[in-house]
Amino acid sequence: MSALTPVLSAFWDQKDSFTIVGYKRNGGYQAVEKALSMEPDAIIQLVKDSGLRGRGGAGFPTGMKWGFIPQGDNKEHYLVVNADESEPGTCKDTPLLLANPHVLIEGVIIASYAIRANHAFIYIRGEVTHVIRRVQQAIEDAYKDGLLGKNIRGKGFDLELLLHVGAGAYICGEETALLDSLEGFRGQPRLRPPFPAIAGLYARPTVVNNVESIASVPSIIDKGAEWFASMGTEKSKGYTLYSLSGHVKNPGQFEAPLGITLRELIDMAGGIRAGHRLKFWTPGGSSTPMFTDAHLDTPLDYEGVAAAGSTLGTKALQIFDDTTCVVRAVLRWTEFYKHESCGKCTPCREGTWWLVQALKNLENGEGKPEDLDKLLDLCDNIMGRSFCAFADGAASPIISSLQYFRDEYLEHLSTGGCPFDPAASTLFEGVGVR
Amino acid sequence: MPFTEAHFDAMSKIIARYPRSRSAIMPLLHYVQSIDGYVTEEGIETIAEKLNLETAEVNAVATFYTQYKRKPVGQYHVGVCTNTLCAIMGGDEIYKSLLEHLEIENDGVTNDGKVSVEHIECNAACDYAPVVMANWEFYDNQTPASAKNLVDAMRQGNPPAPTRGPNRLVSWKEASAVLAGFNDGLAGEGLQAGEPTLLGLKIAKGQSGEKR
Repeated sequence: MSALTPVLSAFWDQKDSFTIVGYKRNGGYQAVEKALSMEPDAIIQLVKDSGLRGRGGAGFPTGMKWGFIPQGDNKEHYLVVNADESEPGTCKDTPLLLANPHVLIEGVIIASYAIRANHAFIYIRGEVTHVIRRVQQAIEDAYKDGLLGKNIRGKGFDLELLLHVGAGAYICGEETALLDSLEGFRGQPRLRPPFPAIAGLYARPTVVNNVESIASVPSIIDKGAEWFASMGTEKSKGYTLYSLSGHVKNPGQFEAPLGITLRELIDMAGGIRAGHRLKFWTPGGSSTPMFTDAHLDTPLDYEGVAAAGSTLGTKALQIFDDTTCVVRAVLRWTEFYKHESCGKCTPCREGTWWLVQALKNLENGEGKPEDLDKLLDLCDNIMGRSFCAFADGAASPIISSLQYFRDEYLEHLSTGGCPFDPAASTLFEGVGVR
Repeated sequence: MPFTEAHFDAMSKIIARYPRSRSAIMPLLHYVQSIDGYVTEEGIETIAEKLNLETAEVNAVATFYTQYKRKPVGQYHVGVCTNTLCAIMGGDEIYKSLLEHLEIENDGVTNDGKVSVEHIECNAACDYAPVVMANWEFYDNQTPASAKNLVDAMRQGNPPAPTRGPNRLVSWKEASAVLAGFNDGLAGEGLQAGEPTLLGLKIAKGQSGEKR
């Protein structure tokens, strides 16, 4: 049994964990003091050595991303934190920022110093008012403490940090769409190259990192790359937040070394809802191909999940039991992708619309067996044919569900409708709270 | 309502936060909603003028993002998550029963102007499913009955505090000002974390047997 390793979550159970006083009492902002006495390049090397990889879904090595920023180019550099947490099932950065926004700010200061940026932004989704309050207050308190602004801690480093609030567009979690949004445009992805490291915000070298990635940096400065790399697996180092939701007895956040399995996590969550069994689950949000009970022992690290045919994504483990209709689940995700497609690329904009039509017919028992192949054909024409990975994500639940549950799709046709009772899936089934 | 000098001052402050003025367009749109409750034509024209843009450019941005409303919403705007996880855990039933209970359609407002309802996408609180938001504050672990009680209390003017939020539910306009970057001083209120957020930590403390 893997042991849990609370680092980011280590003192979330203290009532004032979100305040600067609470953070400092638990050792907060000591890493900044240490980092500002180091050479910026030494910090980049340390983060490279730690093996930290992006926690927002793609898993790109964080230190390498920082290393791509050209130095001595006499241009402004920017750090942009992606706090636009919106991938269906993903719920790690939001509780992290509610419980401890200062760990992110400390990471921002260190990362900005390392990439020689004097201006940083946190782009947060707009639908989380209280989290926005907490982060805003934390930034103000950090300024008051001299941790932001001019000549931080007398080390000659200046940093301005601004919280930018989004307005409800999933696509702005895609880094180039996020940058367009931050520049004041519709949030639509850019063609790459150039990559943000060369031409990002305002066409200047820019690092875009996920909240959890940046929040992990202070612990690496504090305790060292070796300590961080001692956790996890060969190519997936360190600890991370796994979010369990859905049909488990006790959903919640679990901070564990990379490579823990769903079987272990479900055990800790008290098991699947009483009287039911696991049917399907996502390893890292709706854009990652779904798994079944055959994958309970798949190591949840970047390589383990990829070898089993999916991606680790955001480690958003959405658990569905045997009462759940997989066609209903996939239709709803597809409606989400149709709604959130930014419309820039035709295959995605039009394709997601057609996918919804076909899935609706199937769910209502009005489709034809050949519709299943049509779905796969549509996916084939959408994937890899647009500027960003959104369309690939839209195809994932469809392709994977057809791989594992083709018979269930066909059952909708033979019974002339959905064979499942949606009431049986609800958490208040039989509790008498309607 | 017509904008005042105080409003124009606040807008100038928002613009001054950014290295380039156009970046201020999103907080300015949130700010207009904090005054008028939605993005009015006057709001669009004022932002265009302040940023030296065409109104079409501001409209293009305003219409891209679902949080910018083009018509009034309720004093309490309720969002029911009907993305897959919440929908299956009961969000669909909550959403349906709320619309029936309030006798409105999606995006509709009750006759008294108190409550509006829309179905929303995943709001990053899946371990608290099914989730209902009100003025973008968390109301966790809802049922059809609890959601009906919530909107009834809103119509009577005394909604309960959010599950993970400040001690009282602020109005739609007040919340919009927070989104525009104006600190309302309520960050210190409310829980630091709910039970699901702390579950792993509690188990870890049990595993290691030590008291942190």
